[in-house]
Amino acid sequence: MSILKVENLTKSYPNAGGAPLTVLHGVSFELAAGDTFAIVGPSGSGKTTLLGLCAGLDRATSGSVWLNGIQLDNLSEDQRAAVRNQHVGFIFQNFQLLPTLTALENVQVPQELRGEKGSAATAQALLERVGLGKRAHHYPTQLSGGEQQRVSLARAFANRPALLFADEPTGNLDPDTSDTVVDLLFELNREAGTTLVLVTHDLELAARTQRTLRVRGGTVQTDVRNQPASSQARA
Amino acid sequence: MCATNPLAAKPVHRAPATAGTAGWGWLLRMAWRDARRSRTRLALFMSSIVLGIAALVGINSFGDNLARSINEQARELLGADLVLASSQPFDSTLVPALRRLGPVQAQERAFGSLVQFPRVQGVRLAQVRGITGGFPYYGDWDVQPRAAVAGFRAGHGALVDDVLLSQFGARVGDSVRVGRLSLLIIGKVLHTPGQSGLGSAVAPTVFVPGALVAATGLVQRGSRVQYRQYFQFAPGTDVAALIKPFEARFDQSNIDSDTVASRQQRTGRAFRDLTRYLSLVAFVALLLGGVGVASTVSLYVREKLAAVAVLRCLGASGRQALLIYLIQTAGLGLLGALVGAALGAGVQALLPRVLGDFLPVAVRVGVSWPAIATGVGAGLGLAVLFALLPLLSIRRVAPLRVLRAAFEADTAAPDPLRGLVLGVLAVGILGFAYLQTREWKLALGFGAGLAAALGALAGLGWLLTWAVRRYFPGGWGYVWRQGLANLYRPQNQTLTLITSIGLGTFLLATLYLTQGLLLSRVATADAGTQPNLVLYDIQPEQRAGVEALLTQRQLPIVQRVPIVTMRLAAINRRTVTELKKDTAGGKGIPAWILSREYRVTYRDTLSPSEKLTAGTLPRRGPDGTPYVSVDDSYFERAQLKLGDTLTFNVQGAPLVAIVGGTREVDWSRVQTNFLVLFPKGVLEGAPQFHVILTRTPNTAALGAVQQALVKQFPNVSALDLGLILQTVDDILGKISFVVRFMAGFSIATGLLVLASSVVVSRYQRVRESVLLRTLGASRRQILRITLVEYALLGLLAALAGIVLAGLAAWALAVWVFDSPYAPNLLPLLGLAAGVAALTAAIGLFNSRDVLTRPPLEVLRAEG
Repeated sequence: MSILKVENLTKSYPNAGGAPLTVLHGVSFELAAGDTFAIVGPSGSGKTTLLGLCAGLDRATSGSVWLNGIQLDNLSEDQRAAVRNQHVGFIFQNFQLLPTLTALENVQVPQELRGEKGSAATAQALLERVGLGKRAHHYPTQLSGGEQQRVSLARAFANRPALLFADEPTGNLDPDTSDTVVDLLFELNREAGTTLVLVTHDLELAARTQRTLRVRGGTVQTDVRNQPASSQARA
Repeated sequence: MCATNPLAAKPVHRAPATAGTAGWGWLLRMAWRDARRSRTRLALFMSSIVLGIAALVGINSFGDNLARSINEQARELLGADLVLASSQPFDSTLVPALRRLGPVQAQERAFGSLVQFPRVQGVRLAQVRGITGGFPYYGDWDVQPRAAVAGFRAGHGALVDDVLLSQFGARVGDSVRVGRLSLLIIGKVLHTPGQSGLGSAVAPTVFVPGALVAATGLVQRGSRVQYRQYFQFAPGTDVAALIKPFEARFDQSNIDSDTVASRQQRTGRAFRDLTRYLSLVAFVALLLGGVGVASTVSLYVREKLAAVAVLRCLGASGRQALLIYLIQTAGLGLLGALVGAALGAGVQALLPRVLGDFLPVAVRVGVSWPAIATGVGAGLGLAVLFALLPLLSIRRVAPLRVLRAAFEADTAAPDPLRGLVLGVLAVGILGFAYLQTREWKLALGFGAGLAAALGALAGLGWLLTWAVRRYFPGGWGYVWRQGLANLYRPQNQTLTLITSIGLGTFLLATLYLTQGLLLSRVATADAGTQPNLVLYDIQPEQRAGVEALLTQRQLPIVQRVPIVTMRLAAINRRTVTELKKDTAGGKGIPAWILSREYRVTYRDTLSPSEKLTAGTLPRRGPDGTPYVSVDDSYFERAQLKLGDTLTFNVQGAPLVAIVGGTREVDWSRVQTNFLVLFPKGVLEGAPQFHVILTRTPNTAALGAVQQALVKQFPNVSALDLGLILQTVDDILGKISFVVRFMAGFSIATGLLVLASSVVVSRYQRVRESVLLRTLGASRRQILRITLVEYALLGLLAALAGIVLAGLAAWALAVWVFDSPYAPNLLPLLGLAAGVAALTAAIGLFNSRDVLTRPPLEVLRAEG
């Protein structure tokens, strides 16, 4: 069964005084549970828009998205929020930690939103796992970029998501820190058995996933399986 | 450490759950967590409401304490259990009946007269009260020395109000001349029960032993004397029931009765009205605070949009996100309300001092829980409603913002809930205004006035901002251009601040201009060729003598008028007693029209202050029946028609007159004006006295003519209009001090709104400052840009307030006072400069971090 199914997805924005601006044209693909998947393309190619639609952060103009078997198209914003909370984890380029919360509290939020008890212990364990056990009570401004991204990783796994979306997770980090964060991301992903959807223009990073979708001008150019020896074009 | 693997798989949920599983506990926790890092800033923006609540709690607590004090000291207000008053000596046939009430224990004859202090050569019109018996029975008659009261009751001399002695530098031991009687001043009166400080200032009193009144020679037939009888009963006596059988008799004999209960009710009502109006002024400060809350919360929300988007992304519902920030603002609102209430308890302790001269009783200060509850409730409610206006947009923050920072479409769309909140706010404001005034008309007027003032200020603010932008001085230096541009850049607070600071300035400037208008009206009465001395109670046989006295001193006789006193007996043959029964329930003819003493004159022409509006001039009919002319507003209130019959009782003799016409009378002119004007040839034979108006060129001539009058015509009274002007000035000064005190809360609130909006928007300012510093701006340049921006903001706000006040005062001058409008601009410019300087100082003080600390350090601290 596919964990994410995208069918003929189109996204247009109204354009003052002209025809609507279409940034995605009929994109379709499917992901199996446990897959690691990269969406690559140049700036303005529509990859972030695609990620937003897949994760239920935005609504498509036409086409459908099934996330863990739930069709997102007709859900209200609050229903989609519930789906995100139950099934999805996020990592962002600019970390997006809540600045007024400590590292521990940031990691607790997804569990607390679900009304789960014992969130502090789980969050502490996750922070230990990303090597920040001792920084649990620090605020984001008291952490370096790499540390903030590791807190963000801990938060992404806090609700044990079926799908993890990562938008340029190393975009704001230096190469050394990037390597540490990426290693940790793949490690945690493997341990948790999560499906990973990665948006990046770093082809090296994309190559570490099992499959790469190349987007240009809002259309899928190639959809290839990244095998150590061979790659197979699907589209 | 967690016992289980935090990465272990969880059961898969297929159905979409509803967002917001987390309950109130989590919401409270999140509100607390989020507020931790910005508590100081949040506390400051809630401080906007503190002063408004303080003012409201202060004035309402004071009102409650005053009402309680009036109840507690009601007997002292009257000085007795019952007072009967009449403008004629008590009817001898009534005396035996009155004896059944109980023994009369004190009697008084009171009249106005010139009194003279021979040692210091001072003469002034005063109230003379001749008292026999033990008045006052209740309350502290504060006389110095204390023993003087006993001496007064034994007939040893006079007691004189301290203000009167102070005016002339006279003292205890001097003599005072009242009519033909010269008395030793044996004590000075600091306070008389039931009389306020202001009452003493307007009509200072000379107390004369009752037995000596006849010796003054001032109580004669035709003299205007008020007769009073004071009764003291055994404790617990039901005075209302006791006098019930006498009421009809009292009515017939024009005797007014005053009991402790009726005095308490009347005084209580007057001061309840005063405190209610003042509480509306306080409410304006609270509303301004509310506008400040809305404005600063709006800035705060803009900063929080990214965090809200993250929460939405992680699965929080729009309602949950809204509630987190609503709980925060409500918590701080409650805190602000409690601090305000505590401050208000302090303010109310000050109010008896501010209002001291107006108060007839000593106010016992105490905590009024209802006032505190009202203040806290109103403050919290308003803070939450005003905060909701910007907070509502949080519901609609799209999670997509986490990916696209520039995404703004979510909060920009119109929100129907916003209309609902505005509606609730409007109803709440009107409801509260009604609760304060208990009058829907007044509450609606208040709401409309407030909306008009705020609308006009916002309009002016917009116009000024537009003008700055439109006529931007491109050739000016960088600092000026940057400071000016800050007024209309995105996310500016110019309109909010112009409205809040402007409204405070508007209140102060309107007060100043109105006071000036009122004074200028009275002052013109004292200028040029207008009469400035009114001589009255001149008996017909004294008229020639008084005129000769004036002519000898080369003083002009501006006007001479005969006056006949009479009472109304019937309208269209229905007696006053019958008509009074119709007044129950607020319909019918007002009681004052039926029971007052009419002072009328007779002439066939109109004076320059009168204008014929209907019918004819006063004339006699073919059968000799007088056709009188009445004042047109009196005509309306007495529900008259042309041709109606008025029956008057002219000191015992009935006189029937017909309403022949109406006049518009300018009552503000300094001359004798009359409600009812008779034609010549009717009243010439009736008992009458004369009034003569003259003009004295200086105070020396004024003093001399008054001295001569006291000597030759001791019963003639003289009203010095210069003194009246001084008294009016004094009263207006005191009233405006009270209103200024309350309006001060509004301007202080405006400045607090400014302080909080500067602090709340600091993060944005820090970033701009860092950018400018990076681009090479010096600290001095940034300081000057900030200074220019806030000084201009203050100036624009003050100008908006002053322009609006100028318009309001102009409207008052043209439509209400009908007087020329020439405001003194200098103090207004001073006010504008003061507000601008204060605004600049507060702006700079709250930006000091940005100016003095290294940019990076500030940025880190703000994060």
